Amino acid sequence: MSYVPHSQSDVREMLKTIGIASPDELFAAIPAALRLKKPLAIPDALSEWDTVRTVSAIAGEDPPLVCFAGGGLYDHWVPAIVDHVLRRSEFYTAYTPYQPEVSQGTLQVIYEFQTMMCELSGMDVANASMYDGASACAEAAILAGGVKKDRHTVVMAHTVHPHFRAVTQTYLGATGRTIAVAPRRSDGTLDLAAAGKLLGQASCLVVQQPNFLGVIEDLEACAAAAHAAGALLVVAFNPVAVAALKSPGSCGADVAVAEGQPLGIPMSFGGPVLGIFAAKNEYIRHMPGRIAGVAQDHEGRRGFVLTLQTREQHIRREKATSNICTNQGLLALAATVYLATVGVEGLKGVAEAACVNAHAAFDAVTKIKGYAPLCPGGEFFHEFAVKTPKPAAEIVHGAVAKGVLAGVALDRFAFPMDDPNTLLIAVTEKRTADDVDRLVEVLTKA
Amino acid sequence: MSKIPEDNVYTEEHEYLHETDQKGVVTIGITDYAQGELGDVVYVELPAVGAKFDKMEPFGTIEAVKAVSELFCPVAGEVVEVNIAIEGDPSVVNKDPYGAGWMIKLKVRKPAEMEELLGPAEYASHIGQ
Repeated sequence: MSYVPHSQSDVREMLKTIGIASPDELFAAIPAALRLKKPLAIPDALSEWDTVRTVSAIAGEDPPLVCFAGGGLYDHWVPAIVDHVLRRSEFYTAYTPYQPEVSQGTLQVIYEFQTMMCELSGMDVANASMYDGASACAEAAILAGGVKKDRHTVVMAHTVHPHFRAVTQTYLGATGRTIAVAPRRSDGTLDLAAAGKLLGQASCLVVQQPNFLGVIEDLEACAAAAHAAGALLVVAFNPVAVAALKSPGSCGADVAVAEGQPLGIPMSFGGPVLGIFAAKNEYIRHMPGRIAGVAQDHEGRRGFVLTLQTREQHIRREKATSNICTNQGLLALAATVYLATVGVEGLKGVAEAACVNAHAAFDAVTKIKGYAPLCPGGEFFHEFAVKTPKPAAEIVHGAVAKGVLAGVALDRFAFPMDDPNTLLIAVTEKRTADDVDRLVEVLTKA
Repeated sequence: MSKIPEDNVYTEEHEYLHETDQKGVVTIGITDYAQGELGDVVYVELPAVGAKFDKMEPFGTIEAVKAVSELFCPVAGEVVEVNIAIEGDPSVVNKDPYGAGWMIKLKVRKPAEMEELLGPAEYASHIGQ
């Protein structure tokens, strides 16, 4: 995008006003012998990303760790314009827009955000965000329990993020509902036969796409299994991966949730982040959070208001759905600005680059002696798990000293995903071939 | 003046019960007074056929633009028919509460409970008419 402030006609008009023919005449007072006769020796224009890397290097800053850590948050590029818009005072201090007459900007952002989330997820309706992916997942389980009142369990794939499971368990604990965990097959995908046996009394089946081990699930088969048992399908999707994969909605999901951090939000040591929540239209009255809608003012002009507030506690009291969106408004704005900046093709480009880089890294890492795929045969997007020759936590610790964050050890969670000798590696569009060489080097010497 | 048909019985929660041709089966809906107080009805959530309720247990919800109310089952029984049409067009609850705006048909479990409900005159006095 070009940010040239003056058009040629602007320049002509200014020159005419001060009575000269060309900008060069402005420098006529400088003796000709002192003037530069050739273009300045500066390099060609760089992309924003390359500029930041180059200037940081010239400034002698310590380069950040080369990040192969994922496991829920991912090291994607955040364009500078995202932060610039976030810091505008009109948005920075925005509280819940209860007064539409003074909140049209905030309400329109929410509306645009909801529209983008519907397009990404393939669902009918999205709310104005939740705390994070984990709380969005828990709210989806609560929605399913509200729709299927006589069913008291939630079947969750073993490969749903352990934090999502822990938070869902906490939320459900107060309602007397429980989680039944469905195992994975050796290729890392959900064991649908085992899940099917658990689904008889379940309100929903919860799966993650790609799952926590990076493996791509067959969502259509998951939907068929859930619906055959009379349960809803809840999909926790990755909002970047979905640009390259079928959307949850097109595969038959009833509720789609996501951790929105990959959309223009820095990793920030784990937060604040953004929960995405979308559903089919028929569940709209069971949805938590705020929803902005289009309306008309008394002169017939298009405007935006909060809608369906009869779900919320100031009207529905103790029977209200959850209502926790206020402090995520700024992060929803970040995701909106990010998506508006990169556009549909840009997001596809990010997804494809991450996928290609990850497969190159997989090929290189699994050739190292002692490293092997944890889920052989499983298709993956931008993240994969490998068996390691020694405890992964030790490898990660050792690699940090060499400037590389080599991944996430899979035994560090409340529900350990595997034995200590397993490492989860994520590769985004930011990782270069040189970065992958450095990863291979630290893993080889570990 | 709200309409209060003579051939119904009523509850203090502004529901009516109308005996159908089928023995022991009553039609249940909200009264003309109730729809007027609620304003434009935008959504009605109804139970499934076969659902069983105790006396005064909520059987559904009714949502107007600025309020949501529970629908209470006036007597114990089992739902034998549901007016699905009002889920698609809730405005009939406003237009014709005693006719097309009915909500459920209920097989009454304890006929004696019918005796405890209000007659038309008692309901009229309840709403100050």
